[in-house]
Amino acid sequence: MSNASATAEPAGPLTAEDKQIVRPPLVLNKRTMGWISDYISSIVEGKTPTWWYVSMGITVPLTLVCLALLAYLISTGVGVWGNNHPVGWAWDITNFVFWIGIGHAGTLISAILFLTRQKWRTSINRAAEAMTLFAVVCAGIYPALHVGRVWMAWFLAPVPNANAIWQNFRSPLLWDVFAVSTYFTVSVLFWYTGLIPDLATLRDRCTTKIRKFVYGVLALGWRGGNRQWRHYEMAYLLLAGLSTPLVLSVHSVVSFDFATSVVPGWHTTIFPPYFVAGAIFGGFAMVLTIMIPACAIYKPLHDLVTINHVDKMCKIILLTGSIVGYAYLMELFIAWYGANPYERAAFWYRAFGPYWWAYWSMMFCNVIAPQFFWFKFFRTHLVWVWIIVQFPNAGMWFERFVIIATTLARDFAPSAWGMFHPTWVDICTFVGTFGLFGTLFLLFIRFLPMICMFEVKAVLPEADPHHGEAHH
Amino acid sequence: MNAVGNPTAPVYGIAAEFSCARDLYHAAEKIRDAGFEKWDVFSPFPIHGMDEAMGLKKSILGKFVFLGGLTGFLTAVTLEFGTSSFLYPLIVAGKPTNLYTVPAFFPVMFELTILLSAFTAVFGMLILNGLPRLNHQLFNWDRFKKVTEDKFFVAIEAQDPKFSSRSVRDFLESLGGQNITTIHGD
Repeated sequence: MSNASATAEPAGPLTAEDKQIVRPPLVLNKRTMGWISDYISSIVEGKTPTWWYVSMGITVPLTLVCLALLAYLISTGVGVWGNNHPVGWAWDITNFVFWIGIGHAGTLISAILFLTRQKWRTSINRAAEAMTLFAVVCAGIYPALHVGRVWMAWFLAPVPNANAIWQNFRSPLLWDVFAVSTYFTVSVLFWYTGLIPDLATLRDRCTTKIRKFVYGVLALGWRGGNRQWRHYEMAYLLLAGLSTPLVLSVHSVVSFDFATSVVPGWHTTIFPPYFVAGAIFGGFAMVLTIMIPACAIYKPLHDLVTINHVDKMCKIILLTGSIVGYAYLMELFIAWYGANPYERAAFWYRAFGPYWWAYWSMMFCNVIAPQFFWFKFFRTHLVWVWIIVQFPNAGMWFERFVIIATTLARDFAPSAWGMFHPTWVDICTFVGTFGLFGTLFLLFIRFLPMICMFEVKAVLPEADPHHGEAHH
Repeated sequence: MNAVGNPTAPVYGIAAEFSCARDLYHAAEKIRDAGFEKWDVFSPFPIHGMDEAMGLKKSILGKFVFLGGLTGFLTAVTLEFGTSSFLYPLIVAGKPTNLYTVPAFFPVMFELTILLSAFTAVFGMLILNGLPRLNHQLFNWDRFKKVTEDKFFVAIEAQDPKFSSRSVRDFLESLGGQNITTIHGD
């Protein structure tokens, strides 16, 4: 409350003390509540723009390629991928960890920034949460399909198999099943809960019968009464409170897949925090990758997603990128300090072995490139921001590849060594998942409000019930 | 006075429109002080401090969510110890099947606790709010569509023991409400 009233316009002339507590407005150009509803809804209600069809013309075929290759994989066998001995986990798990990590920024924005009362999150949380869901959809493909015989995937569900044997609940792989499916389910619930009041806005603006029916059903009869808001806000707070440990746990559990093994290079206690920081790092890069073009297309959104937002996200990228850089160096230090020859060798091979290019790409993209964000110039010029965040996007993929493939390629005994080479199916499936991600996101932009209207209205100065009254 | 809905149907209540959050807030304080019970204020976004202005207590949802989370936790405990220690004890990776194996059970306990808590939070919220429903008497009033955009409303229900159309209308008028309208059912 005190924050909101601090942004309100004071009644009298400003004293020196007043000036200190006035915060910059979150929404620029004094946009009104009506404008917010009109503009955000008009994106959904207006004629489908040409660029949308053009973009879909690219992403839908890619999605079809992905689906066709998954059908090929199922009908032929997992051998169509380049996975081999010793590299039994390769692009499949690399891509799984890559996509699931991207999702983390959405949950961080929607949950952790909500709990810490970062009000600037309101204009980016909807799109970031959508990104989370679509990234988890892309991620989920890989663990489900890499088992080979997907019709046996029900073995993962907590029911006894044909021999009355139950799941091994002490296995990190089963933890992963629970963590990822819980993460997806809770993310859907959180996202949908946030959408209800905005779906009601779309319902109330509808002119055609079909839209009225669809949005009317989806809005669940929301009326915006305070007796409803009271439970709604509590539900939202609780979901934020539940999602916060959840998002930290998901990538921790993913890292347990590696850390609880005895493979040199994987068996380290630094993995959970290092994976979580990396996930947030890569996720914010993806948020910016998507939001900057979206705001360039819908220019008035710059009043809602301001340069200040971009600046803050760049700072988070800089922070998490530096944590990741610290983790890389600490891994190297412990590998040397631990005096375990296998551990030392594993890291030696990462940096100077056959996959040296992946390691140094990772180092450059994740540790060096984000350092540009120390300079305000690079944080506030959108073209530069967009270019720089492509490095974390690529770098986080390299990180997972380095951890997974290079480690497995150099096992304990040289007789077990081998190389991994992706097949065309590996490559096209991965490219196809970007098509799937893009298609889902384009559908989201077209049919759902991409900015959380009611939350943005709530951070306007006039939303404060004491707006315009004298300060006390 | 204006009326909407089917005039022969029973009256749902009387509603008034306000143009800003501040006016709605002060109107709510006065309605609360006048001792009404079955009434509500409607706004495009949650208004800070409105619960106190209306004299409402904290939402009970948190207690339900605690029970939901407890159910999830106990489900995981039963599932894990039940299967691994009783139904089919199997030593894998040298881990015991008795109580000492509990650290390896924590992740699933945690995830199921979160999962059932989240389900309870969302569905509990909907149940407490009487949702989902496809229609409501207030939707008969065209102006009420602006509640999800930038207008604010108060509705005092006919079910309220203090309700009488004339006095409620005068009262809402004295609070500064505009477009005061009687809402009928369908």
